[in-house]
Amino acid sequence: MSNAPWAFVAALAAVPVLVPNPYVLAVLTLAGIFVIGAISLNLLLGYTGQLSLGHGAFFGLGAYASALTSLGFDIGIGFGLRLRVDPQPVWLGFLMAILVACAFGWMLGRLAFRVRGAYFVIITICFAQVLRMVALNWVELTQGPMALISIPPVSLWLPGLGVVPLVTKAQTYWLVLAVGVLAFLLVRQLVESRIGRALIALRSNEALARSVGIPVTHYLVVAAVVSAGIAGAAGSLFAHYMGIVDPDVFMFIYTVTMVIMVVTGGKGTLWGPVVGGLIFGLIPDLLRGRAAPELQWVIYGVAMILFVMFLPRGIVPGVQSLLRRRA
Amino acid sequence: MDQALQHLVNGTVLGGTYALLGIGLTLVFGVMRVVNFTHGEFYAFGAYITYGLIVLGGVNYFLALPLATLAGVALGALLEVALLRPMRKADIDSVMLVMIGAMLAMQNLEMFAWGGVAKLTPNPFDGSPLVFGPVSVLPLRLFVLVVSVLMLLGFWLALERSRAGMAMRATFQDPETAALMGVRVGWVNTATFALGSGLAAASGALLGPVFMTSPTMGDLVGLKAFAIVILGGLGSLPGATLGGFALGFVEEFAGGYLSTEYRDTFGFLLIIAVLVLRPQGLVPARERIG
Amino acid sequence: MIGPLLEVRNLAVHIGGLVAIADMSFQVPEGRIVSLIGPNGAGKTTAFNVISGYMRPTKGRVLFDGADITGLPPERIATRGLVRSFQRTSVFAGCTVLENALIALHGRGRAGLLGALLRAPAQRREEARLLAEAHSMLDFVGLAARADTPAEVLAYGEQRRLGIVLAAIVSPRLLLLDEPAAGLNPSETQAAMELIQKLRDRRMTVLLVEHDMAMVMQISDSICVLNQGRIIAEGSPAEIRQHPEVISAYLGSGHWEGADAQA
Repeated sequence: MSNAPWAFVAALAAVPVLVPNPYVLAVLTLAGIFVIGAISLNLLLGYTGQLSLGHGAFFGLGAYASALTSLGFDIGIGFGLRLRVDPQPVWLGFLMAILVACAFGWMLGRLAFRVRGAYFVIITICFAQVLRMVALNWVELTQGPMALISIPPVSLWLPGLGVVPLVTKAQTYWLVLAVGVLAFLLVRQLVESRIGRALIALRSNEALARSVGIPVTHYLVVAAVVSAGIAGAAGSLFAHYMGIVDPDVFMFIYTVTMVIMVVTGGKGTLWGPVVGGLIFGLIPDLLRGRAAPELQWVIYGVAMILFVMFLPRGIVPGVQSLLRRRA
Repeated sequence: MDQALQHLVNGTVLGGTYALLGIGLTLVFGVMRVVNFTHGEFYAFGAYITYGLIVLGGVNYFLALPLATLAGVALGALLEVALLRPMRKADIDSVMLVMIGAMLAMQNLEMFAWGGVAKLTPNPFDGSPLVFGPVSVLPLRLFVLVVSVLMLLGFWLALERSRAGMAMRATFQDPETAALMGVRVGWVNTATFALGSGLAAASGALLGPVFMTSPTMGDLVGLKAFAIVILGGLGSLPGATLGGFALGFVEEFAGGYLSTEYRDTFGFLLIIAVLVLRPQGLVPARERIG
Repeated sequence: MIGPLLEVRNLAVHIGGLVAIADMSFQVPEGRIVSLIGPNGAGKTTAFNVISGYMRPTKGRVLFDGADITGLPPERIATRGLVRSFQRTSVFAGCTVLENALIALHGRGRAGLLGALLRAPAQRREEARLLAEAHSMLDFVGLAARADTPAEVLAYGEQRRLGIVLAAIVSPRLLLLDEPAAGLNPSETQAAMELIQKLRDRRMTVLLVEHDMAMVMQISDSICVLNQGRIIAEGSPAEIRQHPEVISAYLGSGHWEGADAQA
């Protein structure tokens, strides 16, 4: 049983060799990036039980931070001073994406976790909206609606080869897979630890968790920072893979897509976001040419409603209990 | 000074429709404890029905307004019975997820039905502004303000005087006691959601000819409705009325004096500030611990 | 002589326009079992919420081990050694009994973010130690056989028992128990009483809110009687039983009869 996950990863890693079809790889790569986003959201939504609807903001922050670091920028910062950054290597952009997202995750966590429920949800939505408007209007930095373009592809330092830009589809695919596995392991280590127990405790019964001495807000902020960092990494991959970033990455629809992935797959389970992420990451391409793009979103919306109403725990727990019953 | 007066007038005109929008949302939250993500979509729905009636059906503008409102009421009732009634016992987060799903479906069905291009609803008013000394206002906007205020007043009267309004207020205050006193909470919920949706559709119908009607218009408007409701205190009816005008003024003045590009941002910053700085004032402290 | 472990001084709590606690002062000496009794609505649960940090008092102070803890958040109060149990929803649903115990042992671990991610040997040793402690505590209270049962499927009596254990597992110096016998049958009540006495023998001081007068009279070292937000009497069970004001406060409430039958 414990070998099954590694067999799954090995199978995924073999795809570019077995199916060297660039279209298939492109679809899988993009789905993989969203799976990483869903894995990060699951830490907050699934394990701490906080419905964060601003999660796409961390994805977007990562995308912009990474793109700007690798493209360089030159902006006025008031008092006649200018901040100038020359184009940096892509790996530095990747690190910056994680750092910036973590910093904003910390900030949002400190602010938003003073409240719960509907209030928390609304703050997180507003957070993403404010960032979207900044991205739209701070043209000097972000180019606004004209978008950041010509973002260089990811490069990787490999022993013996030096810095290699990952230009082929297969290379990018493997990179996304590697980051995905790392993100999965990171979340697994975290939730199966003392901190993870504290998070689960606060989801289950916050008042009781506090009564046994668990500083819930502290751990919520920790979860928010880790979650934001992973989302930032996914955003960075997205930016360098697409080569273009515009303010639309902050749109509510991206967050909602990740929420749907987590909810349908099974929130609070390690494999839920992977399963949900793959399903909803691949649906757009299965529907392409067969249905109008609007109908895809209608399907997403209806799927969310049906899952919450009829299979609220999601696919993974549902399948698990089915297997247990048959055993 | 004249400029400030003009902003004041614009803010009032904007605030009237915002108040109408906020009242519906806060009513639904107050009575049903439902964060209604579809509110903005009902606004868009109202705007499209008006457009469709006038342009495709050749219906008179003044008849199209109440028809669009009624369509909103009907669709709201349908949605409540289909989605919210089965979720009565569910936690608030699950209900939010269902409403987000509904929002997504509604918005994209609108996109599918009407296409992505924004539409401008024709109206019978004169396009040249009325000038009152230092300030000027378009006749259409004046009409929108007057209708909004009349609808707000009508809503207040209905809530205060009618039997249904009384049942609604009782449920608003304490659903359990209301149920014990013979209020049929299920129907009150349906009526509340229908009414809230109708108000949103009415705002859309009124503003469709003022702004453009596009499938994604509900997004920003839905968020603004949240801003309005939070400014006034989630679940407070007078608060939503005040909040509507407050947001109208904030946007108008901040947009006029600080930055036009960031006009829509101020509302969101205001929400975050209110929720962060005064959560104790807004979070109901009714729950008993233990 | 050292001061009392817990001292409540002139506590007043107003909720909205209502006076939940008018003026309340009492002390809990170390090593005792003290009960807070009174008719419904006398302010017992409110007092518990204030002492354990879930509610801010309008006036007055709460001193724990000589230090002012008024208005501290619950988790800080808990780490200082004052832990409460809850009347309702007293367990972590969705977690097994063993996981419940491990959660409550949170304060006994040190592992932070890096430790969790890297799982160094030190962290593994710590996890093993916490696991052993959790098992030994479940043994001690007789829930060992239920270790892998989800907490929410436990029988009601066992759930209440687990609730007490979760508070006790933190090894507090002062344990606040909110109606531990509510809804229990006589034999379960007897077991709960024995558990409380066992905990006292483990050097825990206990402050109890309880409606079951037989139990209160049997295990308390001293009793505070609360009525309409004020302490109206304080003393040993024998003294309280004779107290005229107490008798009149309780007349007709029905709780007294059980105590008489037991006495």
